[in-house]
Amino acid sequence: MQHTLVVLVEDKPGVLNRVASLFRRRAFNIESLTVGHTDQRGVSRMTIVVDGEETSVARLTAHLYKLVNVIQVHDLTTIPSVSRDLAMIKINAPSENRTHIMQTVDVFRAHIVDVSNNSFIIEVTGDGEKINGFVDVLRPLGIIEMVRTGVVTMARGASPLPDFSTNGHRPAVNAIMQLNQYEQGGIEWQA
Amino acid sequence: MKRTGAQIVWETLLREGTEVVFGYPGGANLPLYDALLDYPIRHVLTRHEQGAAHMADGYARASGRVGVAVATSGPGATNLVTGIATAIMDSSPVVFITGQVVSRFIGYDAFQETDVTGITLPITKHNYLVTDVHEVGYTLREAFYIARTGRPGPVLVDIAKDAQQASIEWEYDDSPIRLPGYRPDLRPVPKELQKAVELIRAAKRPVILAGHGVLLSGAMAELQEFAQRTSTPVALTLLGLSGLPADHPLNLGMMGMHGEAWVNHAIQESDLLLAFGMRFDDRVTGNLNNYATGAKKIHIDIDPSEINKNVKVDVGLIGDLRETLDMMLEFVEPCDHSEWLAYIEEMKGDSAVRDIQNLPDSGHLYAAHVINDIWRYTDGKALVTTDVGQHQMWTAQYFKFNTPGNLITSGGLGTMGFGLPSAIGAKFARPDAEVWTIVGDGGFQMTQAELSTAAQEGLKVNIAIINNGYLGMVRQWQEFFYQRRYSATPMRNPDFVKLAEAHGLTGLRVTQRSEVEAAVRKAQATDATVVIDFQVEQEDSVYPMVPAGADLHNMIRRPMSNALVETAQDTV
Repeated sequence: MQHTLVVLVEDKPGVLNRVASLFRRRAFNIESLTVGHTDQRGVSRMTIVVDGEETSVARLTAHLYKLVNVIQVHDLTTIPSVSRDLAMIKINAPSENRTHIMQTVDVFRAHIVDVSNNSFIIEVTGDGEKINGFVDVLRPLGIIEMVRTGVVTMARGASPLPDFSTNGHRPAVNAIMQLNQYEQGGIEWQA
Repeated sequence: MKRTGAQIVWETLLREGTEVVFGYPGGANLPLYDALLDYPIRHVLTRHEQGAAHMADGYARASGRVGVAVATSGPGATNLVTGIATAIMDSSPVVFITGQVVSRFIGYDAFQETDVTGITLPITKHNYLVTDVHEVGYTLREAFYIARTGRPGPVLVDIAKDAQQASIEWEYDDSPIRLPGYRPDLRPVPKELQKAVELIRAAKRPVILAGHGVLLSGAMAELQEFAQRTSTPVALTLLGLSGLPADHPLNLGMMGMHGEAWVNHAIQESDLLLAFGMRFDDRVTGNLNNYATGAKKIHIDIDPSEINKNVKVDVGLIGDLRETLDMMLEFVEPCDHSEWLAYIEEMKGDSAVRDIQNLPDSGHLYAAHVINDIWRYTDGKALVTTDVGQHQMWTAQYFKFNTPGNLITSGGLGTMGFGLPSAIGAKFARPDAEVWTIVGDGGFQMTQAELSTAAQEGLKVNIAIINNGYLGMVRQWQEFFYQRRYSATPMRNPDFVKLAEAHGLTGLRVTQRSEVEAAVRKAQATDATVVIDFQVEQEDSVYPMVPAGADLHNMIRRPMSNALVETAQDTV
């Protein structure tokens, strides 16, 4: 089962390296990792997708928390949430195919963002499956190159991730308690 | 007040209570060393940065405070690496300060430039690269804070030379450290605590597994109270030794690969394991599939990543061990396990006949005899550091530690060369203690250059070389598992007595058991460092031994008839 973790980290040099180094050092396999700024100054947000079958999510979470720059880890796997991946696909577009491609782009609610004599760049967002489906449809037409950003995820509803800035580290520890859902041992933490 | 970055370093160290640092100067930390002359901090010039790292580690372990080691960029910093890895594996609070090339050269392969924060990233609790003088002060404060809180560990601060040289208006800032992601103060959930109390009440054959956490959190009294009230025997890890006095009736001794037979059997037959500040290392569990299969398990650790890491437990309590035991002691009721304790006593009796102490004197000098005699003639009060190998295990078995913190040894990383420098560090931390380092002939030679450091500093430590002319532990494995094919284990050693004398120190040689006492007394009566070359039986082995990967109860025992002639494998 795929697990999607949202990791809030301090926006400092080398933090991505620390997280990547942890994955290598502890032999965790990542399927996707994205990172970018948040609305809060000094805080970056990572979305990490791992295969829960081969990587113990509890172990991964505990090790992420050992990194001093990691503020919070949330497992959104079982929480209703919206996931989005963005792809840009450069495709052969000779005049005889253009109408067909443009219709397909419409069906997938994608956009053509660049047009040249013989090619398009198409931008598409959606969950991973939608993009895979779109790519499958385009492949016979001749994909020249493609880039994907990786998945970003956000929980549905009004409530934000717990605000760490008001009460120090405690929400982070509550987040560790989510581990409980995946561990038979009934482990809980509280600060 | 106007201060250079280098001055800020020493000012901050003074505020942190640093009295002594161990280090080695070089191009990229010259400003630090220049400023040091104006501060009341003692600097110990080592002969190699690895020695500085182990000294700071030994200092930290002996004092319970943060140790400090200083090195220059490039090779100076890379020489620290073994010492840093040693410190993280044994949760030792050490701050490493390295010089880095001038910041505008970073990334351009400048002379003596190395990516030190990159190299040490997986072996530090945290590390920093400082290129701005404004960051020097609070970065060092954070480093000390992180090193000593929570699960202690090494923190490295790499400071560019220009950040050491630049001057700013600076005042020491003692506002609270703010690290939003750092959580050193976890406490167990009451509900889980109650589950643990229930398991303790129901247990018939409980065993406490006490680790280094007992000493790190200062939970010695709580451990003793808990063990006594619940009438639970205590098995100790190598680093946990001295957490409970060796002569305490509930102290079983060391568990694991070279643990005594009754200890490992008690663990295997127990119905409740109480793991206190230990981490189920492979050297103490043996084959995990058959490890204490009938036992429920309660694990107390301050590091959440240790829970369920190696051994799946029934109750995990995250928090400081001392606090957690205090919380538990409010609910734990007295228990009677006299039957279980009597059963273990019986096993102990069966093992006594195999104890080398009870073997007839064959005229050979056994390492175990030597170590047991040192214990006896120092009234068991010496602070002992060891190197790694056979002598280390014999020290764990035959030196009976009654005083908390009196054993300092490299457990997790198993670092040869740790013994002498850690003893020097420990002596600085506890100048009034009688400090011995028990080392092998192999490990001693890895860092024997630090003998010069001891001589230069006028420092008094006693060095007992257990000299069997082999890399003994490797030889033992070759004997047991590689058909006695002694590949690269015999050692031709220098004359250790002359080596001591070359340093202006006293060297003694002992070849008979009858000479041991006189040598120990002579060492005690000498003001300076003494080296004793104990030339012991060459092919003795450490027993019992759980072969790597075997079940914990499956031990190779010391042959009963003749300790040396029979091959140990006959008795598996």
